[in-house]
Amino acid sequence: MKRYEIIEQPIDVQKYSDLVLHPAAGAVTVFTGHVREWTHGVRTLYLAYEAYVPMAEKKLAEIGAEMEAKWPGVQVAMAHRIGELKISDIAVVIAVSSPHRKAAYEANEYAIERIKEVVPIWKKEIWEDGEEWIGAQKKYPEKGSES
Amino acid sequence: MITVHYFARLRELTGKGEESLDRAPLTVEELLNWAEETYPGFGKETIHVAVNEEYALKDDVIQAGDVCAFIPPVSGG
Repeated sequence: MKRYEIIEQPIDVQKYSDLVLHPAAGAVTVFTGHVREWTHGVRTLYLAYEAYVPMAEKKLAEIGAEMEAKWPGVQVAMAHRIGELKISDIAVVIAVSSPHRKAAYEANEYAIERIKEVVPIWKKEIWEDGEEWIGAQKKYPEKGSES
Repeated sequence: MITVHYFARLRELTGKGEESLDRAPLTVEELLNWAEETYPGFGKETIHVAVNEEYALKDDVIQAGDVCAFIPPVSGG
């Protein structure tokens, strides 16, 4: 399996955690982003994610390289799921190992922020009374991309 | 010829995932202007263009054979 991938199947968190674990690692942080039912008072039924897959995987790998440069010694694995996801499904997993915990925490948060900025993935919220692609959207332009 | 990809809102607006254009060479800005004229409501002010899977600047020139993608604001995570 790849360290940076877009997948259509449910995310197996343990696989990514195992990928970054090695004898010099004293800490592994694993972040999972889940489908949230309520956003700004609007109830989501399910989400549909779409990606420009080759570019998205390339951008994930670039983010991983940025992390390795900023926090020497970290190892990174990340995956984002696309397709239709139900409430509480895992949309994204970020696993980071490092010799000491501080770098693992910091690098992990950096990764999700960068994913939201640069990786070509789009989320459509499907509600009881409509649907909308998030990102350009009018309802909550700044906050709509929160995971 | 160049290939252009459409995603998310733009895929639904244009009714297609990709198409070929016989317009190269042209700049990224010219491609955005073409899209706005061809597909009313495209919203070029908020859209980035990727050329060969890398974000491009408006002055960058697209050559025949390049693969382009319109990237509306992303919302992964």
